[in-house]
Amino acid sequence: MIERSLHELARALASKEISSVELTQLYLDRIASHDPRLNAYISVDPERSLAQARQADARLAKGEGGPLTGIPIAQKDIFCAKDWLTSCGSKMLSNFISPYDATVIRRFAEAGAVLLGKTNMDEFAMGSSNETSFYGPVRNPWRLDCVPGGSSGGSAAAVAARLCPAATGTDTGGSIRQPAALCNLTGLKPTYGVVSRWGMIAFASSLDQAGPLARSATDCAALLNAMAGFDERDSTSLDRPGEDYARDIAAPAGAKPLAGLRIGLPKEFFGEGCRPEVMRLIDAAIAGYRELGATTVAVDLPNMKLSVAAYYVIAPAEASSNLARFDGVRYGYRAPEYRDLNEMYGRSRAQGFGAEVKRRILVGTYVLSHGYYDAYYLQAQRIRRLIAGDFAEAFRHCDVILGPTSPTTAFRLGEKASDPVQMYLSDIYTIAVNLAGLPGMSIPCGFADGLPVGLQLIGDYFTEARLLNVAHRYQHANPWHRQAPTGFV
Amino acid sequence: MSLTLEQVHRVAHLARIEISDVEAGHTLDRLNEIFALIEEMQAVDTQGIEPMAHAQDLAQRLREDCPLESGRLAMRDVFQAVAPETEAGLYLVPKVIE
Repeated sequence: MIERSLHELARALASKEISSVELTQLYLDRIASHDPRLNAYISVDPERSLAQARQADARLAKGEGGPLTGIPIAQKDIFCAKDWLTSCGSKMLSNFISPYDATVIRRFAEAGAVLLGKTNMDEFAMGSSNETSFYGPVRNPWRLDCVPGGSSGGSAAAVAARLCPAATGTDTGGSIRQPAALCNLTGLKPTYGVVSRWGMIAFASSLDQAGPLARSATDCAALLNAMAGFDERDSTSLDRPGEDYARDIAAPAGAKPLAGLRIGLPKEFFGEGCRPEVMRLIDAAIAGYRELGATTVAVDLPNMKLSVAAYYVIAPAEASSNLARFDGVRYGYRAPEYRDLNEMYGRSRAQGFGAEVKRRILVGTYVLSHGYYDAYYLQAQRIRRLIAGDFAEAFRHCDVILGPTSPTTAFRLGEKASDPVQMYLSDIYTIAVNLAGLPGMSIPCGFADGLPVGLQLIGDYFTEARLLNVAHRYQHANPWHRQAPTGFV
Repeated sequence: MSLTLEQVHRVAHLARIEISDVEAGHTLDRLNEIFALIEEMQAVDTQGIEPMAHAQDLAQRLREDCPLESGRLAMRDVFQAVAPETEAGLYLVPKVIE
Protein backbone atom coordinates (compact mmCIF):
# COMPACT_ATOMS: atom_id res chain seq x y z
CA MET A 1 0.00 0.00 0.00
CA ILE A 2 2.76 2.47 0.88
CA GLU A 3 4.31 2.25 -2.59
CA ARG A 4 1.07 3.08 -4.38
CA SER A 5 0.65 6.30 -6.29
CA LEU A 6 -1.98 8.83 -5.24
CA HIS A 7 -4.07 7.73 -8.19
CA GLU A 8 -3.83 4.07 -7.10
CA LEU A 9 -4.71 5.03 -3.52
CA ALA A 10 -7.76 6.94 -4.78
CA ARG A 11 -8.82 3.80 -6.68
CA ALA A 12 -8.30 1.60 -3.63
CA LEU A 13 -10.44 3.99 -1.57
CA ALA A 14 -13.17 4.20 -4.20
CA SER A 15 -13.33 0.41 -4.56
CA LYS A 16 -13.43 -0.06 -0.74
CA GLU A 17 -10.23 -2.09 -0.81
CA ILE A 18 -9.22 0.13 2.11
CA SER A 19 -10.97 2.89 4.02
CA SER A 20 -9.54 6.31 4.70
CA VAL A 21 -9.56 5.50 8.43
CA GLU A 22 -7.49 2.35 7.79
CA LEU A 23 -5.11 4.17 5.47
CA THR A 24 -4.69 7.05 7.91
CA GLN A 25 -4.13 4.62 10.78
CA LEU A 26 -1.54 2.77 8.72
CA TYR A 27 0.47 5.98 8.31
CA LEU A 28 -0.06 7.04 11.94
CA ASP A 29 1.37 3.67 12.99
CA ARG A 30 4.32 4.10 10.65
CA ILE A 31 4.98 7.57 12.07
CA ALA A 32 4.85 6.17 15.62
CA SER A 33 7.37 3.43 14.79
CA HIS A 34 9.79 5.27 12.54
CA ASP A 35 9.61 8.99 13.16
CA PRO A 36 11.58 8.92 16.43
CA ARG A 37 14.63 8.17 14.26
CA LEU A 38 13.88 10.91 11.69
CA ASN A 39 12.15 13.75 13.57
CA ALA A 40 10.21 14.57 10.39
CA TYR A 41 7.03 15.60 12.19
CA ILE A 42 6.51 18.43 14.65
CA SER A 43 2.84 17.65 15.34
CA VAL A 44 0.77 14.54 14.92
CA ASP A 45 -2.81 14.47 16.19
CA PRO A 46 -4.33 11.02 15.54
CA GLU A 47 -7.81 11.89 16.78
CA ARG A 48 -8.10 14.94 14.59
CA SER A 49 -6.73 13.13 11.53
CA LEU A 50 -8.98 10.11 12.05
CA ALA A 51 -12.03 12.36 12.43
CA GLN A 52 -11.20 13.86 9.04
CA ALA A 53 -10.72 10.33 7.66
CA ARG A 54 -14.18 9.31 8.88
CA GLN A 55 -15.67 12.31 7.07
CA ALA A 56 -13.78 11.28 3.95
CA ASP A 57 -15.13 7.74 4.26
CA ALA A 58 -18.67 9.11 4.48
CA ARG A 59 -18.05 11.14 1.34
CA LEU A 60 -16.55 8.12 -0.45
CA ALA A 61 -19.53 5.96 0.59
CA LYS A 62 -21.80 8.40 -1.22
CA GLY A 63 -19.61 8.11 -4.29
CA GLU A 64 -18.61 11.77 -3.96
CA GLY A 65 -14.87 11.28 -3.66
CA GLY A 66 -12.35 13.21 -5.73
CA PRO A 67 -8.72 12.38 -6.58
CA LEU A 68 -7.49 13.19 -3.05
CA THR A 69 -10.51 12.28 -0.93
CA GLY A 70 -9.43 10.15 2.01
CA ILE A 71 -5.72 10.38 1.25
CA PRO A 72 -3.52 11.47 4.18
CA ILE A 73 -1.21 14.37 3.32
CA ALA A 74 1.52 15.84 5.53
CA GLN A 75 1.66 19.64 5.66
CA LYS A 76 4.76 21.70 6.22
CA ASP A 77 4.44 23.49 9.56
CA ILE A 78 4.56 26.85 7.77
CA PHE A 79 0.87 26.54 6.82
CA CYS A 80 -1.62 27.77 9.41
CA ALA A 81 -4.07 24.97 10.18
CA LYS A 82 -7.00 25.67 12.47
CA ASP A 83 -6.57 24.27 15.98
CA TRP A 84 -3.15 22.80 15.12
CA LEU A 85 0.11 24.01 16.54
CA THR A 86 1.65 26.03 13.69
CA SER A 87 5.23 26.66 14.79
CA CYS A 88 7.12 27.41 11.56
CA GLY A 89 9.96 25.52 13.26
CA SER A 90 10.45 28.37 15.72
CA LYS A 91 10.38 28.87 19.48
CA MET A 92 8.67 32.16 18.60
CA LEU A 93 5.55 30.26 17.50
CA SER A 94 5.97 27.20 19.73
CA ASN A 95 2.74 28.18 21.54
CA PHE A 96 0.78 29.27 18.45
CA ILE A 97 -2.40 27.29 17.90
CA SER A 98 -3.68 28.72 14.65
CA PRO A 99 -7.18 30.19 14.77
CA TYR A 100 -7.63 29.73 11.01
CA ASP A 101 -6.74 27.66 7.98
CA ALA A 102 -4.32 28.76 5.28
CA THR A 103 -5.85 28.67 1.79
CA VAL A 104 -3.68 25.64 0.92
CA ILE A 105 -4.96 23.79 4.00
CA ARG A 106 -8.55 24.76 3.18
CA ARG A 107 -8.19 23.58 -0.41
CA PHE A 108 -6.86 20.18 0.69
CA ALA A 109 -9.68 19.90 3.24
CA GLU A 110 -12.27 20.70 0.57
CA ALA A 111 -10.71 18.04 -1.66
CA GLY A 112 -11.31 15.61 1.22
CA ALA A 113 -7.64 15.00 1.98
CA VAL A 114 -6.72 14.09 5.56
CA LEU A 115 -4.22 16.32 7.39
CA LEU A 116 -1.82 13.63 8.65
CA GLY A 117 0.51 15.93 10.57
CA LYS A 118 2.68 19.04 10.46
CA THR A 119 6.23 18.52 9.29
CA ASN A 120 9.51 19.82 10.63
CA MET A 121 11.35 22.59 8.81
CA ASP A 122 14.17 25.07 9.14
CA GLU A 123 13.11 27.93 11.40
CA PHE A 124 10.90 30.29 9.34
CA ALA A 125 12.10 28.32 6.28
CA MET A 126 15.59 29.83 6.60
CA GLY A 127 18.02 27.03 5.93
CA SER A 128 19.10 24.32 3.53
CA SER A 129 19.60 21.44 5.97
CA ASN A 130 16.71 21.49 8.43
CA GLU A 131 19.22 22.06 11.22
CA THR A 132 17.88 25.47 12.29
CA SER A 133 14.56 24.06 13.54
CA PHE A 134 13.69 24.75 17.20
CA TYR A 135 12.36 21.17 17.17
CA GLY A 136 15.73 19.70 16.29
CA PRO A 137 17.27 18.51 13.04
CA VAL A 138 15.60 16.05 10.68
CA ARG A 139 17.60 13.05 9.52
CA ASN A 140 17.82 11.81 5.95
CA PRO A 141 16.13 8.40 5.58
CA TRP A 142 18.81 7.39 3.07
CA ARG A 143 21.58 7.92 5.61
CA LEU A 144 20.68 8.90 9.13
CA ASP A 145 23.81 10.95 9.82
CA CYS A 146 23.07 13.15 6.79
CA VAL A 147 20.71 16.10 6.42
CA PRO A 148 17.49 15.79 4.36
CA GLY A 149 18.00 19.26 2.89
CA GLY A 150 15.86 22.23 3.72
CA SER A 151 13.92 24.10 4.45
CA SER A 152 11.14 21.56 3.72
CA GLY A 153 13.30 18.79 5.25
CA GLY A 154 10.57 17.23 7.40
CA SER A 155 8.20 16.90 4.45
CA ALA A 156 10.96 15.37 2.33
CA ALA A 157 12.07 12.87 5.00
CA ALA A 158 8.44 11.91 5.67
CA VAL A 159 7.66 11.20 2.01
CA ALA A 160 10.98 9.40 1.44
CA ALA A 161 10.51 7.08 4.45
CA ARG A 162 6.89 6.49 3.41
CA LEU A 163 5.58 8.16 6.56
CA CYS A 164 2.99 9.84 4.33
CA PRO A 165 1.95 9.33 0.70
CA ALA A 166 2.81 12.94 -0.19
CA ALA A 167 3.45 16.32 1.41
CA THR A 168 3.59 20.04 0.80
CA GLY A 169 6.59 22.31 0.92
CA THR A 170 7.45 25.92 0.26
CA ASP A 171 10.32 27.19 -1.84
CA THR A 172 11.90 30.63 -1.42
CA GLY A 173 15.37 29.78 -2.75
CA GLY A 174 15.20 26.03 -3.30
CA SER A 175 13.39 24.73 -0.22
CA ILE A 176 11.25 22.22 -2.16
CA ARG A 177 13.72 21.26 -4.89
CA GLN A 178 16.88 20.81 -2.80
CA PRO A 179 15.31 18.47 -0.19
CA ALA A 180 13.59 16.61 -3.05
CA ALA A 181 17.03 16.10 -4.61
CA LEU A 182 18.64 14.97 -1.37
CA CYS A 183 15.82 12.51 -0.53
CA ASN A 184 15.08 10.97 -3.99
CA LEU A 185 11.78 12.79 -4.43
CA THR A 186 9.91 14.75 -7.03
CA GLY A 187 9.24 18.35 -6.01
CA LEU A 188 7.72 21.26 -7.85
CA LYS A 189 7.94 24.99 -7.18
CA PRO A 190 5.20 26.53 -9.32
CA THR A 191 5.29 29.90 -11.08
CA TYR A 192 5.12 32.67 -8.49
CA GLY A 193 1.46 33.50 -7.86
CA VAL A 194 -0.05 30.15 -8.87
CA VAL A 195 -0.56 28.89 -5.29
CA SER A 196 -2.04 31.21 -2.67
CA ARG A 197 0.30 32.39 0.08
CA TRP A 198 -2.57 33.31 2.40
CA GLY A 199 -1.98 31.73 5.80
CA MET A 200 1.47 30.57 4.77
CA ILE A 201 3.85 32.22 7.21
CA ALA A 202 5.82 34.74 5.16
CA PHE A 203 9.60 34.67 4.82
CA ALA A 204 10.37 36.61 1.60
CA SER A 205 7.03 37.54 0.10
CA SER A 206 8.21 38.21 -3.47
CA LEU A 207 9.94 34.79 -3.64
CA ASP A 208 7.89 32.39 -1.45
CA GLN A 209 5.82 29.84 -3.31
CA ALA A 210 4.19 26.62 -2.09
CA GLY A 211 4.25 23.36 -4.01
CA PRO A 212 4.08 19.58 -3.76
CA LEU A 213 6.77 17.17 -2.53
CA ALA A 214 5.92 13.66 -3.65
CA ARG A 215 7.33 10.49 -5.17
CA SER A 216 6.44 11.08 -8.81
CA ALA A 217 5.52 13.79 -11.28
CA THR A 218 2.05 12.23 -11.58
CA ASP A 219 1.52 12.63 -7.84
CA CYS A 220 2.80 16.22 -7.99
CA ALA A 221 0.27 17.00 -10.74
CA ALA A 222 -2.59 15.64 -8.61
CA LEU A 223 -1.45 17.73 -5.64
CA LEU A 224 -0.96 20.90 -7.67
CA ASN A 225 -4.46 20.50 -9.07
CA ALA A 226 -5.72 20.81 -5.50
CA MET A 227 -3.32 23.59 -4.40
CA ALA A 228 -3.40 26.00 -7.33
CA GLY A 229 -6.00 28.66 -8.02
CA PHE A 230 -6.83 32.31 -7.62
CA ASP A 231 -7.30 33.58 -4.09
CA GLU A 232 -8.73 37.01 -3.44
CA ARG A 233 -7.06 37.03 -0.03
CA ASP A 234 -3.54 36.95 -1.49
CA SER A 235 -2.80 40.20 -3.30
CA THR A 236 -0.12 38.44 -5.39
CA SER A 237 -2.35 35.52 -6.39
CA LEU A 238 -2.79 35.41 -10.16
CA ASP A 239 -6.32 35.46 -11.54
CA ARG A 240 -6.02 32.94 -14.36
CA PRO A 241 -8.37 30.29 -15.71
CA GLY A 242 -8.08 26.98 -13.86
CA GLU A 243 -6.13 24.21 -15.55
CA ASP A 244 -5.56 20.48 -15.24
CA TYR A 245 -1.85 20.09 -14.54
CA ALA A 246 -2.01 16.38 -15.41
CA ARG A 247 -3.32 16.98 -18.94
CA ASP A 248 0.02 16.58 -20.72
CA ILE A 249 0.87 13.49 -18.68
CA ALA A 250 -2.49 11.98 -19.64
CA ALA A 251 -1.99 12.61 -23.36
CA PRO A 252 -1.09 9.54 -25.42
CA ALA A 253 2.61 9.14 -26.19
CA GLY A 254 4.63 6.99 -28.55
CA ALA A 255 8.13 5.60 -28.40
CA LYS A 256 9.63 9.10 -28.62
CA PRO A 257 7.25 10.95 -26.29
CA LEU A 258 9.41 14.06 -26.10
CA ALA A 259 10.12 14.42 -29.83
CA GLY A 260 10.34 18.12 -30.63
CA LEU A 261 11.24 19.16 -27.08
CA ARG A 262 14.24 21.49 -26.95
CA ILE A 263 16.20 21.23 -23.71
CA GLY A 264 18.43 24.18 -22.86
CA LEU A 265 21.70 23.41 -21.13
CA PRO A 266 23.13 26.55 -19.51
CA LYS A 267 26.89 26.40 -19.35
CA GLU A 268 26.67 28.03 -15.91
CA PHE A 269 25.11 24.77 -14.63
CA PHE A 270 27.90 22.63 -16.00
CA GLY A 271 31.01 24.43 -14.82
CA GLU A 272 33.03 24.13 -11.66
CA GLY A 273 31.25 23.93 -8.34
CA CYS A 274 29.29 20.77 -9.01
CA ARG A 275 30.69 17.52 -7.66
CA PRO A 276 31.77 15.14 -10.48
CA GLU A 277 29.69 12.22 -9.15
CA VAL A 278 26.60 14.45 -9.37
CA MET A 279 27.53 15.74 -12.84
CA ARG A 280 28.00 12.20 -14.18
CA LEU A 281 24.38 11.40 -13.37
CA ILE A 282 23.13 14.69 -14.84
CA ASP A 283 24.98 13.83 -18.07
CA ALA A 284 23.42 10.36 -18.04
CA ALA A 285 19.98 11.95 -17.62
CA ILE A 286 20.62 14.20 -20.63
CA ALA A 287 21.39 11.07 -22.65
CA GLY A 288 18.14 9.59 -21.33
CA TYR A 289 16.23 12.61 -22.57
CA ARG A 290 17.75 12.31 -26.03
CA GLU A 291 16.49 8.72 -26.15
CA LEU A 292 13.01 10.07 -25.46
CA GLY A 293 13.28 12.26 -28.55
CA ALA A 294 14.38 15.56 -27.02
CA THR A 295 17.15 17.66 -28.51
CA THR A 296 19.56 19.83 -26.53
CA VAL A 297 20.79 23.33 -27.15
CA ALA A 298 23.44 25.36 -25.32
CA VAL A 299 22.07 28.48 -23.61
CA ASP A 300 23.59 31.21 -21.47
CA LEU A 301 22.54 32.57 -18.11
CA PRO A 302 25.41 35.02 -17.72
CA ASN A 303 24.08 36.72 -14.59
CA MET A 304 23.22 33.54 -12.72
CA LYS A 305 26.49 33.73 -10.81
CA LEU A 306 25.13 36.83 -9.09
CA SER A 307 21.93 35.16 -7.93
CA VAL A 308 23.20 34.09 -4.50
CA ALA A 309 24.45 37.60 -3.74
CA ALA A 310 21.23 39.26 -4.92
CA TYR A 311 19.15 36.70 -3.04
CA TYR A 312 20.98 37.29 0.23
CA VAL A 313 20.01 40.95 0.00
CA ILE A 314 16.42 40.58 -1.18
CA ALA A 315 15.36 37.62 0.96
CA PRO A 316 16.74 39.01 4.26
CA ALA A 317 15.33 42.47 3.46
CA GLU A 318 11.85 41.04 3.00
CA ALA A 319 12.31 38.74 5.99
CA SER A 320 13.30 41.61 8.29
CA SER A 321 10.09 43.35 7.34
CA ASN A 322 7.86 40.25 7.55
CA LEU A 323 9.28 39.08 10.86
CA ALA A 324 8.76 42.49 12.49
CA ARG A 325 5.28 41.22 13.32
CA PHE A 326 6.70 38.84 15.93
CA ASP A 327 6.85 41.29 18.80
CA GLY A 328 5.38 39.36 21.71
CA VAL A 329 2.14 41.35 21.63
CA ARG A 330 -0.49 39.64 19.47
CA TYR A 331 0.74 36.05 19.30
CA GLY A 332 3.77 33.94 19.88
CA TYR A 333 6.50 34.02 22.47
CA ARG A 334 6.86 36.81 25.03
CA ALA A 335 9.95 37.00 27.26
CA PRO A 336 9.14 36.36 30.92
CA GLU A 337 10.99 39.43 32.24
CA TYR A 338 11.28 43.01 30.97
CA ARG A 339 11.16 46.53 32.35
CA ASP A 340 9.57 48.41 29.46
CA LEU A 341 8.13 47.98 25.98
CA ASN A 342 11.43 48.11 24.13
CA GLU A 343 12.96 45.55 26.43
CA MET A 344 9.91 43.35 25.94
CA TYR A 345 10.34 43.49 22.16
CA GLY A 346 14.10 43.06 22.31
CA ARG A 347 14.07 40.12 24.70
CA SER A 348 11.07 38.36 23.16
CA ARG A 349 12.79 38.47 19.79
CA ALA A 350 16.24 37.63 21.15
CA GLN A 351 14.88 34.58 22.97
CA GLY A 352 12.21 33.59 20.43
CA PHE A 353 14.35 33.57 17.27
CA GLY A 354 17.29 31.25 16.56
CA ALA A 355 20.73 32.35 15.37
CA GLU A 356 20.16 32.04 11.61
CA VAL A 357 16.86 33.92 11.71
CA LYS A 358 18.45 36.71 13.74
CA ARG A 359 21.37 36.91 11.30
CA ARG A 360 19.02 37.31 8.37
CA ILE A 361 16.92 39.93 10.15
CA LEU A 362 20.10 41.88 10.89
CA VAL A 363 21.34 41.64 7.30
CA GLY A 364 17.91 42.72 6.05
CA THR A 365 17.64 45.59 8.50
CA TYR A 366 21.09 46.79 7.49
CA VAL A 367 20.53 46.69 3.72
CA LEU A 368 17.24 48.56 4.10
CA SER A 369 18.66 51.18 6.45
CA HIS A 370 19.29 54.78 5.54
CA GLY A 371 22.29 55.23 3.27
CA TYR A 372 22.54 51.60 2.19
CA TYR A 373 19.21 51.06 0.45
CA ASP A 374 20.40 52.07 -3.02
CA ALA A 375 23.74 50.29 -2.87
CA TYR A 376 22.28 47.01 -1.69
CA TYR A 377 18.55 46.64 -2.06
CA LEU A 378 18.03 48.49 -5.34
CA GLN A 379 21.22 47.04 -6.81
CA ALA A 380 19.98 43.53 -5.93
CA GLN A 381 16.63 44.26 -7.55
CA ARG A 382 18.37 45.46 -10.72
CA ILE A 383 20.40 42.27 -10.82
CA ARG A 384 17.19 40.37 -10.31
CA ARG A 385 15.89 41.89 -13.53
CA LEU A 386 19.08 40.93 -15.36
CA ILE A 387 18.67 37.33 -14.16
CA ALA A 388 15.00 37.23 -15.23
CA GLY A 389 16.09 38.67 -18.59
CA ASP A 390 18.66 35.89 -19.03
CA PHE A 391 15.94 33.28 -18.63
CA ALA A 392 13.61 35.12 -21.06
CA GLU A 393 16.39 35.11 -23.65
CA ALA A 394 17.18 31.43 -23.02
CA PHE A 395 13.53 30.44 -23.45
CA ARG A 396 13.58 31.92 -26.97
CA HIS A 397 15.81 28.97 -27.87
CA CYS A 398 14.49 26.13 -25.69
CA ASP A 399 11.37 24.79 -23.98
CA VAL A 400 12.87 23.69 -20.67
CA ILE A 401 16.20 24.26 -18.97
CA LEU A 402 18.00 21.34 -17.36
CA GLY A 403 20.81 21.07 -14.82
CA PRO A 404 21.66 19.78 -11.37
CA THR A 405 19.42 20.73 -8.44
CA SER A 406 22.18 20.71 -5.86
CA PRO A 407 25.97 20.68 -6.32
CA THR A 408 26.33 17.81 -3.83
CA THR A 409 24.44 14.87 -2.42
CA ALA A 410 23.18 15.03 1.19
CA PHE A 411 25.91 16.33 3.49
CA ARG A 412 26.57 15.29 7.07
CA LEU A 413 24.64 16.80 9.95
CA GLY A 414 26.75 19.60 11.41
CA GLU A 415 29.04 19.78 8.38
CA LYS A 416 27.92 23.25 7.31
CA ALA A 417 25.88 24.31 10.33
CA SER A 418 28.49 26.77 11.63
CA ASP A 419 29.31 28.24 8.22
CA PRO A 420 26.33 30.19 6.84
CA VAL A 421 28.02 31.07 3.55
CA GLN A 422 28.85 27.42 2.74
CA MET A 423 25.24 26.56 3.54
CA TYR A 424 23.97 29.35 1.26
CA LEU A 425 25.98 27.93 -1.63
CA SER A 426 23.96 24.68 -1.45
CA ASP A 427 21.32 26.62 -3.35
CA ILE A 428 23.46 28.03 -6.19
CA TYR A 429 21.39 26.24 -8.84
CA THR A 430 17.93 26.89 -7.41
CA ILE A 431 17.91 30.52 -6.26
CA ALA A 432 17.83 32.17 -9.71
CA VAL A 433 14.51 30.42 -10.44
CA ASN A 434 12.88 32.11 -7.45
CA LEU A 435 14.32 35.50 -8.35
CA ALA A 436 12.78 35.18 -11.83
CA GLY A 437 9.54 33.66 -10.46
CA LEU A 438 9.70 30.67 -12.82
CA PRO A 439 8.44 27.13 -12.19
CA GLY A 440 11.14 24.59 -11.34
CA MET A 441 11.24 20.91 -10.45
CA SER A 442 13.65 18.39 -9.06
CA ILE A 443 13.38 14.72 -10.04
CA PRO A 444 15.50 11.72 -9.04
CA CYS A 445 18.20 10.75 -11.55
CA GLY A 446 20.31 8.16 -9.77
CA PHE A 447 22.56 7.55 -6.80
CA ALA A 448 26.14 8.47 -5.93
CA ASP A 449 27.60 6.38 -3.09
CA GLY A 450 24.11 5.34 -2.09
CA LEU A 451 22.80 8.90 -1.86
CA PRO A 452 20.20 10.32 -4.25
CA VAL A 453 20.97 12.93 -6.91
CA GLY A 454 18.36 15.36 -8.23
CA LEU A 455 17.91 16.70 -11.74
CA GLN A 456 16.49 20.19 -12.01
CA LEU A 457 14.01 21.15 -14.75
CA ILE A 458 13.06 24.79 -15.19
CA GLY A 459 10.17 25.96 -17.35
CA ASP A 460 8.92 29.28 -18.66
CA TYR A 461 6.10 30.99 -16.75
CA PHE A 462 2.90 28.91 -16.41
CA THR A 463 4.30 25.82 -18.15
CA GLU A 464 3.80 23.52 -15.13
CA ALA A 465 1.76 20.99 -17.13
CA ARG A 466 4.55 20.62 -19.68
CA LEU A 467 7.25 20.56 -17.01
CA LEU A 468 5.40 17.79 -15.16
CA ASN A 469 5.11 15.83 -18.39
CA VAL A 470 8.82 16.26 -19.15
CA ALA A 471 9.51 14.89 -15.66
CA HIS A 472 6.96 12.10 -16.05
CA ARG A 473 8.32 10.79 -19.37
CA TYR A 474 11.79 10.54 -17.88
CA GLN A 475 10.45 8.77 -14.78
CA HIS A 476 8.48 6.34 -16.89
CA ALA A 477 11.67 5.28 -18.71
CA ASN A 478 14.10 5.71 -15.78
CA PRO A 479 12.29 4.73 -12.58
CA TRP A 480 14.88 6.02 -10.06
CA HIS A 481 11.97 7.55 -8.16
CA ARG A 482 10.69 4.08 -7.28
CA GLN A 483 13.72 3.33 -5.12
CA ALA A 484 13.00 3.63 -1.41
CA PRO A 485 15.38 3.79 1.54
CA THR A 486 15.70 0.57 3.54
CA GLY A 487 14.99 0.29 7.25
CA PHE A 488 11.46 1.67 7.28
CA VAL A 489 9.44 -1.49 6.82
CA MET B 1 33.18 46.53 3.09
CA SER B 2 33.06 45.40 6.65
CA LEU B 3 30.79 46.23 9.54
CA THR B 4 31.86 47.53 12.91
CA LEU B 5 30.74 46.29 16.30
CA GLU B 6 28.93 49.57 16.78
CA GLN B 7 26.97 49.03 13.56
CA VAL B 8 25.93 45.56 14.72
CA HIS B 9 24.58 47.04 17.93
CA ARG B 10 22.77 49.77 16.00
CA VAL B 11 21.18 47.35 13.53
CA ALA B 12 20.19 44.99 16.37
CA HIS B 13 18.53 47.95 18.09
CA LEU B 14 16.66 48.88 14.89
CA ALA B 15 15.51 45.27 14.57
CA ARG B 16 14.54 45.17 18.26
CA ILE B 17 16.73 42.16 19.01
CA GLU B 18 18.56 42.37 22.33
CA ILE B 19 22.17 41.39 21.83
CA SER B 20 25.03 41.00 24.32
CA ASP B 21 28.56 42.19 23.59
CA VAL B 22 29.79 38.61 23.26
CA GLU B 23 26.99 37.74 20.83
CA ALA B 24 27.58 40.94 18.88
CA GLY B 25 31.23 40.02 18.37
CA HIS B 26 30.37 36.58 17.08
CA THR B 27 27.55 37.97 14.91
CA LEU B 28 29.92 40.55 13.45
CA ASP B 29 32.20 37.82 12.04
CA ARG B 30 29.28 35.93 10.48
CA LEU B 31 27.73 39.10 9.03
CA ASN B 32 31.03 40.12 7.50
CA GLU B 33 31.29 36.73 5.78
CA ILE B 34 27.78 37.22 4.40
CA PHE B 35 28.56 40.75 3.23
CA ALA B 36 31.70 39.51 1.51
CA LEU B 37 29.40 37.22 -0.51
CA ILE B 38 26.97 40.05 -1.24
CA GLU B 39 29.78 42.43 -2.23
CA GLU B 40 30.41 40.72 -5.60
CA MET B 41 27.19 42.35 -6.73
CA GLN B 42 28.72 45.82 -6.45
CA ALA B 43 31.03 45.37 -9.44
CA VAL B 44 28.10 44.97 -11.84
CA ASP B 45 27.09 47.94 -13.96
CA THR B 46 23.31 48.20 -13.66
CA GLN B 47 22.86 51.71 -14.95
CA GLY B 48 19.53 52.10 -16.69
CA ILE B 49 18.17 48.77 -15.40
CA GLU B 50 14.78 49.11 -13.75
CA PRO B 51 14.72 47.46 -10.30
CA MET B 52 12.56 44.31 -10.29
CA ALA B 53 10.52 44.26 -7.10
CA HIS B 54 8.43 41.30 -8.01
CA ALA B 55 8.40 38.13 -10.02
CA GLN B 56 5.31 39.23 -11.90
CA ASP B 57 5.23 42.90 -12.85
CA LEU B 58 1.55 43.32 -12.16
CA ALA B 59 -0.41 46.26 -10.88
CA GLN B 60 -1.72 45.71 -7.38
CA ARG B 61 -5.36 44.63 -7.36
CA LEU B 62 -7.66 47.22 -5.82
CA ARG B 63 -11.00 46.74 -4.13
CA GLU B 64 -13.56 48.75 -2.23
CA ASP B 65 -12.33 49.85 1.18
CA CYS B 66 -14.82 47.84 3.18
CA PRO B 67 -14.68 44.59 5.16
CA LEU B 68 -14.99 41.46 3.03
CA GLU B 69 -15.99 39.20 5.84
CA SER B 70 -18.70 39.70 8.41
CA GLY B 71 -18.45 38.60 12.01
CA ARG B 72 -15.00 40.08 12.51
CA LEU B 73 -15.88 41.23 16.01
CA ALA B 74 -17.01 37.74 16.94
CA MET B 75 -13.63 36.50 15.75
CA ARG B 76 -11.80 38.90 18.05
CA ASP B 77 -11.87 36.53 21.02
CA VAL B 78 -10.62 33.70 18.84
CA PHE B 79 -7.69 35.74 17.58
CA GLN B 80 -6.91 37.17 20.99
CA ALA B 81 -6.89 33.72 22.57
CA VAL B 82 -3.35 33.25 21.19
CA ALA B 83 -2.07 36.57 22.57
CA PRO B 84 0.24 36.64 25.60
CA GLU B 85 -1.91 39.17 27.50
CA THR B 86 -5.26 40.76 26.74
CA GLU B 87 -8.01 42.54 28.64
CA ALA B 88 -11.45 43.64 27.48
CA GLY B 89 -10.58 43.05 23.85
CA LEU B 90 -7.30 44.97 24.08
CA TYR B 91 -3.72 43.76 23.85
CA LEU B 92 -1.72 44.58 26.97
CA VAL B 93 1.85 45.87 26.80
CA PRO B 94 4.08 47.57 29.38
CA LYS B 95 3.17 51.18 30.08
CA VAL B 96 4.48 53.43 27.30
CA ILE B 97 3.36 56.92 28.42
CA GLU B 98 3.98 58.04 31.99
